[in-house]
Amino acid sequence: MQELLLKKISKMNRLLILGVGLLFVSVYFLPIWHISLAAPQYPEGLGMKIWIDKITGSSTYDLQNINLLNHYIGMHEIVSESVPELLFMPYVLGFLIFGAFVTFIHPRVYLIVLGILNIVILGILGMYDFWRWEYNYGHNLNPEAPIVVPGMAYQPPLLGCKEMLNITACSFPSWGGIILFLSLGILIWVIWDERRRVYVPK
Amino acid sequence: MVLISLGYGCKGGAATAALASDAAKRVYVAPGEKDEVYAFLSGGFSGQMSVYGIPSTRLFKIIPVFSVFPENGYGYDEETKNMLRTTHGYVPWDDSHHIEASMTDGKQDGRWLFLNANNTPRLARIDLRSFETKEIIEIPNSAGNHASPFATENTEYLMAATRFSVPIPQASVPIENFSKGDFKGTVTMVKVDPKSGRLSLELQILVPGFDYDLSHCGKGKSHDWCFFTSYNSEQAYKMIEVGASKNDKDYILAFNWVRAKQCLDQGKASNFGGEYYRNYLPENQPAISEKLSGVKMLQPKDCPGVMYYMPTPKSPHGTDVDPTGEYIVGGGKLATVIPVHSFSKLMDVKDKPEHRSGMIMDIPILKYESTLAGEVKKPCLGPLHTEFDGKGYAYTSCFVSSEVVKWELGTWEVEQHLPAYYSVGHLSIVGGSSKDPYGKYLIALNKITKDRYLPVGMELPQSAQLYDISGGKAELLSDFPTVGEPHYSQMIPAKLLMDKAAKIYPLEENKHPYAIKNEKDARVVREGNTVRVYMTQIRSHFKPDTIEVRSGDTVFFHVTNLEQDFDIPHGFAVGGAPEMPNLLIMPGQTRTFKWKAPKPGIYPFYCTDFCSALHQEMQQYIRVLP
Repeated sequence: MQELLLKKISKMNRLLILGVGLLFVSVYFLPIWHISLAAPQYPEGLGMKIWIDKITGSSTYDLQNINLLNHYIGMHEIVSESVPELLFMPYVLGFLIFGAFVTFIHPRVYLIVLGILNIVILGILGMYDFWRWEYNYGHNLNPEAPIVVPGMAYQPPLLGCKEMLNITACSFPSWGGIILFLSLGILIWVIWDERRRVYVPK
Repeated sequence: MVLISLGYGCKGGAATAALASDAAKRVYVAPGEKDEVYAFLSGGFSGQMSVYGIPSTRLFKIIPVFSVFPENGYGYDEETKNMLRTTHGYVPWDDSHHIEASMTDGKQDGRWLFLNANNTPRLARIDLRSFETKEIIEIPNSAGNHASPFATENTEYLMAATRFSVPIPQASVPIENFSKGDFKGTVTMVKVDPKSGRLSLELQILVPGFDYDLSHCGKGKSHDWCFFTSYNSEQAYKMIEVGASKNDKDYILAFNWVRAKQCLDQGKASNFGGEYYRNYLPENQPAISEKLSGVKMLQPKDCPGVMYYMPTPKSPHGTDVDPTGEYIVGGGKLATVIPVHSFSKLMDVKDKPEHRSGMIMDIPILKYESTLAGEVKKPCLGPLHTEFDGKGYAYTSCFVSSEVVKWELGTWEVEQHLPAYYSVGHLSIVGGSSKDPYGKYLIALNKITKDRYLPVGMELPQSAQLYDISGGKAELLSDFPTVGEPHYSQMIPAKLLMDKAAKIYPLEENKHPYAIKNEKDARVVREGNTVRVYMTQIRSHFKPDTIEVRSGDTVFFHVTNLEQDFDIPHGFAVGGAPEMPNLLIMPGQTRTFKWKAPKPGIYPFYCTDFCSALHQEMQQYIRVLP
């Protein structure tokens, strides 16, 4: 085990790690998550995108229109400014990219393991945080709202689709999220590859 | 009627009345599916334009152009009422006949539509992104802007010729002086800015005092020319019905607009009087109304080669140019043939004295046979208008015998008689007046309709009929009632327009001087006896919501709809407001409701366009203090 952790990474895998670091850069420019709302009265659909540093509508005015719908049920207005996590998320991603470059310069398997742990921990925290925001938006409703359905909450799904009144809300990773998952897969594969070469009889 | 009883020339006729057996299927557009074509129909005496889907013939929208429209406040609010200003004052109605689509290289380009106002000579431009009237220009020195607004091949100019000749400049002269030549007509060249579409008067040409009826401009080889029919070359002024029908031939006026422009540039036109308004509605701002005066007037004698008369039987109404630009088809209301002039022949003979039979006001009259390409013999009774399918066939409407006649260009043979119920006026083929007809559908716009629908009192529904002309034989598919008398139409393939239709006015681009862009800026400002209410609307409330003014105040409600969602207009109406009906304010738009505060009391105001579950709650009060 120790032999594996201290092992110098193969040249190809080292380039792969650099590739992951570079791929992470694109996450600054791509939405991570996408929530879409489908309803008969919105034939073209409504949607919002969560980016590393902001929340936007799928098209220019979608967020404003989602908020307009939400105000009937007393949901808080969804604006980037109300989510402080978005302020430091770019730095967290920067940290991961930095880690990839360190690993490239100092190619040891234990750094990859650290990277995976980082991504997994940050991923779990991120998903929990996302769920928490969804929970708060869906449950903390203004009691003075025009429409109050007793017992009804409007928490969107974390992953997958859910019916809320006449709206189908679907929540899936977008390109940025897919890249993060993909990178995790690549890193795990790299470790498996290195491990295979350690234990393969010479 | 006597002619009909003689059965003159109309073999086939109504006997071949047949509805395509699967017509219902061919006009059915299933829920969620879209129509293939937009049809824009003028509203005749309604002064408006209506938008239909083809083949379903469903009515989509009425676009107010020359008539006020209480439904949305057009012509009433502070933003649009100046659109209807003229030198005669505020004229809230007109008689709108001809729709022209803007073209590039002779093909429909889907940018604008143009519409004439016959009664108080005007011409309008409708924007095809917003489907709204954006500009109206008055035509001076004209009485009855009928032969209008026909566009040149690249929409360089729109032509507008006067229907009723009058003394120009206006003067109170004995009416019998009409036949002494004291009455004149004008042909006006309205320049269209190729980028903005803005309209301006470039030139007028003084022409003999006939009645100029219709027009079409050339294309391809005849690019430089426009053709105008005229009737009453007799210059009758009493019982014109009889007096103007005496001559065997009246004229099609061939007008070389490129030559006219040349003469203008050479300084051959002179300054002439005439006052007119030009009203322009900038994007989401109040209309700018300018009073302008003076035009450049050209006399044909000062510009040889600018005009020629082609004799055409008999009281010609329509003049239509085929897609190649070679054939100029006349439609003689009282004629027994459809005469077709050849552009090439016109070019050959126009300056050869042996082909002339006289001059009127220095305009050469050519001999009928000299420019004639051929005649469609005994096609029907009362041929009026011709459209082309782009496959070598022409379709001519016949008013008296109530039918559409399909005939072949070149052979001049009649191919088919299509009965119409009843008296048919204009025709329209998709792209049919352009160089490149789409040629699948034909509508026949009826002038007199009888018993096609359930009776609804004395006035029966106006009507149009839809034919499929894509196959060898044209087939009747359906008929449908229309708004006003559908005079002329342009049909445009949906794919040219549907994707660029505007959905909202972007709030950040709203430059209206009284716009506010968020609720925090909503306020009431008093300036002496004038009160300005800067108001916002968003589902489902107004800000400010309760207002106090004093009796006798002039109150301006500057209302901005803050929505940025497709199809969420809000309405605005004040109880008992006598001079202002409803306003429909589009998402991101600002409009102004002017209200004279009446006697003290409480007056409700509310949203009139059902906007949300809480629409009925979108209501507030104004208190009028003593």
